[in-house]
Amino acid sequence: MNSNFKIFLKGITDVSPLMIPVVPFGLIFGILSIDIGFSPLATMGMSLIIFGGASQIILLQLFSGGASSLVIISSVGAVNSRHLLYGAVVSEHVSDLKLIWKIIISYFLIDQAFAVSNEYFKKYKEKNKYFHLIGGGFTCWVVWQTTTFLGIILGAAIPEKLGLSFAIPLTFLAILVNDFRKFINVIVIIVSGLVATFGYNYIPYKAYVIVAAFTGLFVAMVLTKVIKKI
Amino acid sequence: MSDWALIIYCGLITYLTRFFMIALLKKEMFNDKAREILSYVPSAIFPAIIFPAIFLDDFGVFQFEDNPKILAAAIAMIIGILSKNIIATIFTGLASYWFLIFVV
Repeated sequence: MNSNFKIFLKGITDVSPLMIPVVPFGLIFGILSIDIGFSPLATMGMSLIIFGGASQIILLQLFSGGASSLVIISSVGAVNSRHLLYGAVVSEHVSDLKLIWKIIISYFLIDQAFAVSNEYFKKYKEKNKYFHLIGGGFTCWVVWQTTTFLGIILGAAIPEKLGLSFAIPLTFLAILVNDFRKFINVIVIIVSGLVATFGYNYIPYKAYVIVAAFTGLFVAMVLTKVIKKI
Repeated sequence: MSDWALIIYCGLITYLTRFFMIALLKKEMFNDKAREILSYVPSAIFPAIIFPAIFLDDFGVFQFEDNPKILAAAIAMIIGILSKNIIATIFTGLASYWFLIFVV
């Protein structure tokens, strides 16, 4: 059996390639947050307390659009519902652990760490394999905090003309890359995107993210049913 | 609500979605159907961020003509589908965007 530290290190090496897009993402978050009017302390606070790129960007986008707190919080909740899936998958591997470890692991259960550790968990049966997820999550934590901090500092120096905010939709687009090959996913993507774009100005309270997501999921539900019958 | 209260609430809901299943799920509480639907969550939610950011301008007005983001995103998507590589997708998108606004 590998030592805890060895597995922790393996988590770091496995997740590292996925950290490259996190760098511009963190920088952009820091820059935008200051730009919108949050203090440097509040910006750092978001990265420490929320520690989730998509949640933080949604927060900024809706906040700057004048959405109410309730809409912002529920949109963040909707964005995060994917973690329920991650948790469900990971829980099979950590169900015997003490509560304190579950509390720690939950903080590090982020997209990138989940993606690599899920593969690792499937392959290895060691009892201490959860250190892989902590290694991956910790790496992302360090990168996220550092780049947020750099974004806050560099904010003023990076010209707006560069259009770095375009990296945000690109990052999310890149996360979906594998889904473009699956029929139901493509339909869901198009439906959700169209609802959000055309509902942006008409759906009240800036709830377009929530409405689009639920419409997309509903379509997915219907399609999986219909396709199975055929 | 103050900025800090908003941040803490958002942090709390983010953390709870991560903690919920890990803490409460006892092996197979989740049926396959729920699992399958949840697997569509990224496809359902990320386009709601992607599409408006590409097609709408800063004021929420639909921009179709003279919008380099559409072409840049399309190029990024094609590279993404072909390469299945996250980094290649992002960099091709940014590079095409800069090419379109600074060179063309």
